[in-house]
Order: sequence, then structure tokens, then C-alpha cells
Amino acid sequence: MALLQISEPGQSAAPHQHRLAIGIDLGTTNSLVATVRSGVADVLPDASGARSLASVVAFKADGTADVGEAATVESSAYLPIRSAKRLMGKGADDLEGHWLAEHHRFDRSGSVPAFETAAGPKTAVAVSAEILAALKARAEHTLGGDLVGAVITVPAYFDDAQRQATKDAAALAGLNVLRLLNEPTAAAVAYGLDQGEALGAGSVVAIYDLGGGTFDISLLRLNAGVFEVLATAGHTALGGDDIDHALVAWLLEKSGLRAFPDDAARAEAVAQARQIKERLSAATSVDVDFVVNGESVWQGEFAREAFDALVSPLAERTLGLCRRVLRDAGVERDEVASVVMVGGSTRVPLVREQVSRFFDQDVLTDINPDEVVAIGAAIQADALAGNRPEDDLLLLDVTPLSLGLETMGGLAEKVIPRNTTIPVARAQEFTTYKDGQTAMALHVVQGEREMVSDCRSLARFELAGFPARVAGALRIQVLFQVDADGLLTVSAIERESGTVASVDVKPSYGLSDGEIESMLRDSMDLAAEDMQARALAEQRVEASRVLEAITAALDSDGDEHLSADERAAIDASVIAVQGALASDDRDAINAAVQALEKGSEAFVERRMNASVRRLMAGRDLDELESRNN
Amino acid sequence: MSISLTDSAADQVRLYLDKRGKGVGLRLGVRTTGCSGLAYTLEFVDEVAANDEVFESNDITVVIDKKSLVYLDGTELDFGKEGLNEGFRFRNPNVKDECGCGESFNV
Repeated sequence: MALLQISEPGQSAAPHQHRLAIGIDLGTTNSLVATVRSGVADVLPDASGARSLASVVAFKADGTADVGEAATVESSAYLPIRSAKRLMGKGADDLEGHWLAEHHRFDRSGSVPAFETAAGPKTAVAVSAEILAALKARAEHTLGGDLVGAVITVPAYFDDAQRQATKDAAALAGLNVLRLLNEPTAAAVAYGLDQGEALGAGSVVAIYDLGGGTFDISLLRLNAGVFEVLATAGHTALGGDDIDHALVAWLLEKSGLRAFPDDAARAEAVAQARQIKERLSAATSVDVDFVVNGESVWQGEFAREAFDALVSPLAERTLGLCRRVLRDAGVERDEVASVVMVGGSTRVPLVREQVSRFFDQDVLTDINPDEVVAIGAAIQADALAGNRPEDDLLLLDVTPLSLGLETMGGLAEKVIPRNTTIPVARAQEFTTYKDGQTAMALHVVQGEREMVSDCRSLARFELAGFPARVAGALRIQVLFQVDADGLLTVSAIERESGTVASVDVKPSYGLSDGEIESMLRDSMDLAAEDMQARALAEQRVEASRVLEAITAALDSDGDEHLSADERAAIDASVIAVQGALASDDRDAINAAVQALEKGSEAFVERRMNASVRRLMAGRDLDELESRNN
Repeated sequence: MSISLTDSAADQVRLYLDKRGKGVGLRLGVRTTGCSGLAYTLEFVDEVAANDEVFESNDITVVIDKKSLVYLDGTELDFGKEGLNEGFRFRNPNVKDECGCGESFNV
């Protein structure tokens, strides 16, 4: 008969209506799937008991793929694909100088680079889809039913394009995404830091994530069930691999060899180093028999102290980044209420010691650091699938960067500021800039800077076909919606005619490494500059508007109201404004505009009087009064 | 009238109750639904209700409402694995037939 799980009181599912939901940690080197059964979240192992799945994919000529360890032993003309996550949401340009480009052949003919494989070109999304499909199959096999959906974790610094790519991969794998969750947030959830009395409102949590190849430190603030990402810092090439390489170099030196004879010997040495490292997490000293190409080249004892000396520089570098993230967030070290350790490299005793000392508290290490993110995702998936009692608050996330529109003068108008709780919908009204304008180009941007050129362009679309009216007469409402996964949809409607245009903001893939982080930092560092730029742009827009109005008036009836001298004076002022516009001098533009406005006052007045006269001509007072009624 | 838990089932329930951090025991029940008439329910217990019968088996408090008890009397709850899957299994002597998957049954 079927196997049953224990439910929360009153939450028993009807037969065949299990709400099976999983959490997936889609990692750069390893991926995991976890679920909540009988109230306990745990990682689901495969048939052989392996809990994690190497994020390695090897495509075969028939279009199928091996995933995980099986992919690493596959011998073919094509190397198995690793670290595809690093290319999620990236454009072909991002491959320039990227180390992945040295290891793989890429098809760069499309907008998104694709790995050359035995089954043809495959994008990072297609590769990730294979990993997700393998985890989905494992979960369905283990849980014995169809899945309602999954929560997939992504790094906190992932932007729209990278999040969208992750969702695309899930769709390809036939997986319904309940939500994308930030990795540090998932780690905090795994420790129940979002629940009940665990922490007071406004508490700051630090998530220290030292994996195989990357380091991330995130500061989260907990407020009414919402984790706000205060700041993140990290390094995309800092982690356990560096320890391995330091250890390999040490072994090489001890053995008296100058270099490895071939790549296979080097790979073998790395595997040995990894073993030594893992044994030293528990033991204080290990006996080493260093083998190169089947020959023992060095034997000896390797003590924890010697290992610590190798690890110490790495730990120091991570603490430097911890200092920076605290500074970025404006948080004092003693304000951090809890520190969660994530990633296999946090098993190294020295790393734990150093981080404990840095934050002056015991760090949280109870949950397996390799699994903590997947477990947090599983807990969240369980709640989203409706398996939790109603009093459990659902966790919310926030937008990492501001979203807005380009307005006249290349200014970025923020519609949804960063750190807004999502899902969210915000509308803003815009108007036409020119007389008779019947279309409006909308440019959606992301970023903290004042000028569009300094922000990231997400999408462009056009609202066209609304009636011609004088400038400023039409109202165009632009609606920004960010769904629970942090993905954006923008729609625009012109009120009078009901003209509608909406765009699925398919974020233009292609953001280079660390750009998000530098975008955030730039917005702080360059705030004063931005203010100047905004003021200048606004002045330019104002000047153009005045120029536009005056030249239009001059063209229509300038000669009627002005003497040749007067006309020449105004023309000179117009040229002066045009000249000033070419410069970057805000005061000069302002002065020229003022001069033009002053110089044309008489002209404007005469035009006004003339138009009033035209209106009143041939009508008696009664008629005018009746019109006014 | 009796309901019992096997050793392995009792160990698992204890583990789950510990991890959950609250709850006084385990509730067994049936509800009229499913493809073959009745279906089992298995829930944590936070409060014992007035019309509940309470049993002790293997140091686990088992709670069952009187209506369900007539269908479940004599049932032994076991914990086991099927391939990768693991979970609880009802051994109910009252069952005449059950649906193919065993999630619902008839008496």
C-alpha cells in the first residue's frame, strides 16, 4: 500500500492530491533537492545514497544527456560542461576573457552563447534544465507522485536576466517554479530565523557562504517576515578550490617536483589534496602518501597547523569582504544577531574560528553547510504549496535594484525603488512632450544611477496610435509589476483613447560579472556627480521645451507681431540658447533660457491678446456668457 | 479496542515530534473520500479533543476519534521503505479491498 507522511493538524491531503513540493539548490558545482516530509526537511539522496548531484552535464549524440558523476567519466570529443550557472543570463560579449571560454568551444552565432556539444549547441539554460530534470526525476521517484512545484534558489546578486534564465531552465525541465528564492535568505529560513521569536524585528543576519569556487557574504535584515538584502559582497573565484591549489603547490614543493608531467597527474593531485583537506576537518594530523602517476613521491605527516597556515590567507581575504559588506550596509559588527555558515569550505576549522572571532559570537553550523540552502528552499516550497498551517508567515523578498523608465533628457525615473517588497505593482503617469505626438517610446531600465546611460537597459517598447494633442494633454499610465520571483512586466495605457501596449520584459541577457555590485556601489560613490548630471539634463529638457514653443510661435505668426529689429533680437536669443545647449554648463543654459524668455515676453503677450481678440471677434457678450455656462 | 505502532514507526514518530518541537502525539483517522470510499489520515496532535480515544503504544501517544476507531480497530502502524520512498503504512485488519495504490480502502 501507499506510504503516508504525517501532516500538520487538519492539513491531511485528500488521496491522490498530495501537494508535493521541493526545494532545489541549483549550484555552480553541486546541486541538491530537498523536501519536507512529516514536518522534517531533508535532502533527497539518489538510489546509491549520494545526496548531492555534481552540476556537470555531458550531452550525447542522440540528444540525451548524462548528469552528475556519470557525466564526468563520459569520454567524448567534448568536455563535460561544468559551471554553466556562471553563464546564466549572460550574452556572447560576456565570454570575452572568461575562463570558461578557454575550456569550451562556444557557438556565438546567437544572442546567447551556446556550448558546442555532441548534440549540437546548448545554452547555459539548456544545460541547467538537464540538471533540474535529473533532480525532478529523483524527487518524483522518491516521493512517488507528481510535484506541485519547486522553489529554486539563486544568488542574491542575480539580476532579472539571470533569474529569468533560471526560470526558463525550470520550464524546459517541466518544473513549475513556485518561487525563486535568494540563497542567503534560504539559509536563514533553514535555521528558522524568520520564525516566531527566533530574532527580534529589525535584526541583522549575516550569511557567510564559502563554497568550492565562490565566496559570498550577505547581510539580511528581518522585518515583519521579510528578509531585506542590505548588502552583498563576494568574490567569484575564491573558495575551497584555492585551498586545494595551495595544498597541491605545497605537496609539489615537498616532493621536489617542479611541475606535473601532465594534466591527469595534476587532476590526481587535486583529488588527493581534497581528501587531505576533508580528513583534516576532523583530525589534527594526517599521514600523507603523495602519489604522482602511480608512484609515491613523498610521504610524511601533515599537521593541522601547517594546513591552517595555507588556509589563513584565504580566510583573511573573506574577512576583508565581510568588513566591506558591513561598511556598505552601514551596520556595526556587534549589530549582527546571527551568523549562518553555508558551503562545504566552512567545515574547515580555521575558517569557523576566524569568522566566530570576527563577529564575536558562535556561528550557526548545525545544519550541514552543503545542504542548508536546499533545506531552506524545501521549507519555503512546503509553505507555498499550502502544506503549512495558516499562521506561518510566508516569506517575502525584495527587489535588488531599482526599476524605472527613461524620461526626456536621458534621465532615469524610478518607478519601483530598490528593496521594495515583492510581489509589487506600481503605476506612474507620464505625458507627451511635443504637440501632435502620437507615439511614445518607453525604455525600461534597472539601476540606482540618475542617468539612463549609467543604468542597465532592460527593454524598449513603443506605445503608438494615440490621438494627436498638444504637449502635456494626454495622460499615459505606465504600470510596473514585479512578480514573486522578481521578474518584471511593464504595460502602458493612454487614457483618452485606451491605446494599450504591454511588454513581457524579456530582460536582454548579458550582464558582466560583478556589475550589479558595482552598480550599487557607483550609485553611492557617484551620488554628487549624478545630482549634477540630473540637474543639467533637467535644464536641457526645460531649454528644449522653451525653444520648441518659441520657434513654433515665431514660425506661425512671428512676422505679424514683431518688427524686424524685435524679431532679430529674439532670433539672437534663440541662437544663444542653442549655443548654450551644446555646452555642459547648466548656469549658461539657464541664463540663456531666462534671456530668451524675457526677450520674448512682449511677443508672447501680443500673441495672447491677438488670440483673445480672435476668439471674441464677431460675438456678443450674451453668446460668450452662454458658452461659459 | 487497540491501535499499535511498530518499533520503527514509533522511532520515526518520536524523531518527527522532536524536530517539530511541539505536539503531544500522533493522530490516526479516516475520512470519506478517495477512489475506494475511505482514506487514512495521519497528523500531529497539538490538542486532544473531547470525543477522542487515546492509546499508548511504544511510548507514543496515539489519538483517534471515535468515528474513525471503528474502521481502524486493530490497526498496526508501520514505517518502511519502498525504493527511494519511505513513509508510514497502515496494517488494517478491517480492510476488505483497497484501491490500486492503497491510499483509500473499503471495509
